[in-house]
Amino acid sequence: MRNLLIFIVGAAALITLPHFLSFSQQEILVFLTINILLVSSYRLLTLTGEWSLGHVVIMGVGAYASALFSKELGLYVPVSILLGGIVAALLAVLLSFPLFRMKGFYFLIGSFAAGEIIRLLWKRFRDPFGGAKGIKGIDPMPDFSIGIYDFDFFEPISYYYLSAMIVAACLWILWRIERSPVGLTFHAVHWQDKLAEASGVNLRAYRTLAFAISSGFAGIAGALLAHYIGTINPNSFDVEVMVFVLTWAIVGGTGTFYGPILGCIVLTVLNEIVLRELGFEQMRPLIYGAIMILSILFMPKGLESVVQRIISRRAKT
Amino acid sequence: MTTFLEVDNLTMRFGGLTAVDGLSFKVEHGEIHGLIGPNGAGKTTTFNMISGFYTPTSGQVRLRGEDISGLKMHEVARRGVVRTFQHSTLFAELSVMDNALVGTHMPFRPNIFAAIIGWDKEDREGARARASEALEFFGLDHLKDDLAGDLSHGHQRALGMAVAYASHPDVMLLDEPFTGMNPEETRQMMELMRKLRDNGITILLVEHDMQAIMGLCDKITCMSFGKFLAEGGPKEIRNHPAVIEAYLGGARHVA
Repeated sequence: MRNLLIFIVGAAALITLPHFLSFSQQEILVFLTINILLVSSYRLLTLTGEWSLGHVVIMGVGAYASALFSKELGLYVPVSILLGGIVAALLAVLLSFPLFRMKGFYFLIGSFAAGEIIRLLWKRFRDPFGGAKGIKGIDPMPDFSIGIYDFDFFEPISYYYLSAMIVAACLWILWRIERSPVGLTFHAVHWQDKLAEASGVNLRAYRTLAFAISSGFAGIAGALLAHYIGTINPNSFDVEVMVFVLTWAIVGGTGTFYGPILGCIVLTVLNEIVLRELGFEQMRPLIYGAIMILSILFMPKGLESVVQRIISRRAKT
Repeated sequence: MTTFLEVDNLTMRFGGLTAVDGLSFKVEHGEIHGLIGPNGAGKTTTFNMISGFYTPTSGQVRLRGEDISGLKMHEVARRGVVRTFQHSTLFAELSVMDNALVGTHMPFRPNIFAAIIGWDKEDREGARARASEALEFFGLDHLKDDLAGDLSHGHQRALGMAVAYASHPDVMLLDEPFTGMNPEETRQMMELMRKLRDNGITILLVEHDMQAIMGLCDKITCMSFGKFLAEGGPKEIRNHPAVIEAYLGGARHVA
């Protein structure tokens, strides 16, 4: 009963939220929604203990695939978004063969190299990837109406509603996976891979599974992005964006499902809205970096640890 | 009639060092079989080869006549041979119940699609029931919500065995199960192992606690410097001249 109430209030807040924001803030809200899916999908991979530096490039794979499916093959955009996710997941399965010969730090470097190779391939092959200029004029989401609301995708609000629904569905699936025996096995692979293996867990298969699922959802996030901004190029998915994903995950904390989401929201609001409003246009990266260092120094377990402390204090009183 | 578990001419070399050299022995179904030897005799290396952790340099491990040497650890486990580890190798960050649930991975193989839709309710309940059963067997059910890392040493050892037991093994390979246990815990654990044997589980164990080994094992294989030394019941081994020599040093060395 209480959960239902929280759900209704939360949903109402999310629906009314964009109406209080300016146009540019609405656009940031769309990016934020997509980034939440990106960082949440990243967390699924970190469950198995592996940290990748190629996650954003995998997101780009979904974006490129979806853009090409809709542009070259004329597929219906929602279908191509889904296919974008599937292509990203399949590519992850392929990449897992060289990458999962490595663990830990070596996997990190290996995934970075794999990502750069993919980016260079986009630059090298003008047909079909458009070279360094990328792909322009990607088909937007076709407008449609559901009776009470007309989706007009020139408006960021409409795209926010659409992506929020898709992201919510994806998060629900990620949540179900984490809470399932499969999620427990991911944890087991992380903490004691030898003991897990002695219990009959196929380590390679589970690492690949986590990598494929997280890549698939990253691909969907990339596809959502591509059909929103309409143009993508290899530099949209470079390592700078990856560093943002890492900071969201680290500042938020990866111990809980909501940690990275919290990190993403807090840092984005801080960077894009608070610092902009305060007029620190040029100095934003400087202050952003300082805040990050401070948060790691004083909250090594991330923002989630603050939330957990508040919850446990509530439970005591 | 093929032997249940047979180690045949097993050899393991690490560079120039021959850790296990042409070792052969047989484990009968439903027995508690001890593997002993002085430090550095190659007992744990042998264990690692049987469980698939190492690939032997040469030789075979046969389970019901099938060569299982060189298979990966999870493939060996799926054939019913489940091991525990020296020290307290556990999922310290997970609860005791979750540890046992990982142990049920084989009988209740998780399916990701069923898990998302929620069609695996019966499997989840079955896995919980099996995990509870394993915890109860080892007397850990009252601790099931604690973190495994917070348990006492004796309980951690028991949990390691509960994780292995939860997977319905045919053979349990126990690597020094009594290390760090007090005499009372050792006595209880021996009782549990006899119960496991009576349930049809074959046990192969490496152990230094001679009292436990002698009181528990149906058959003992002794090895020294990687080689087979002697085999027999506890009484035979206790009085075997070669074994006494290996442990205490031969008369000619002393003289």
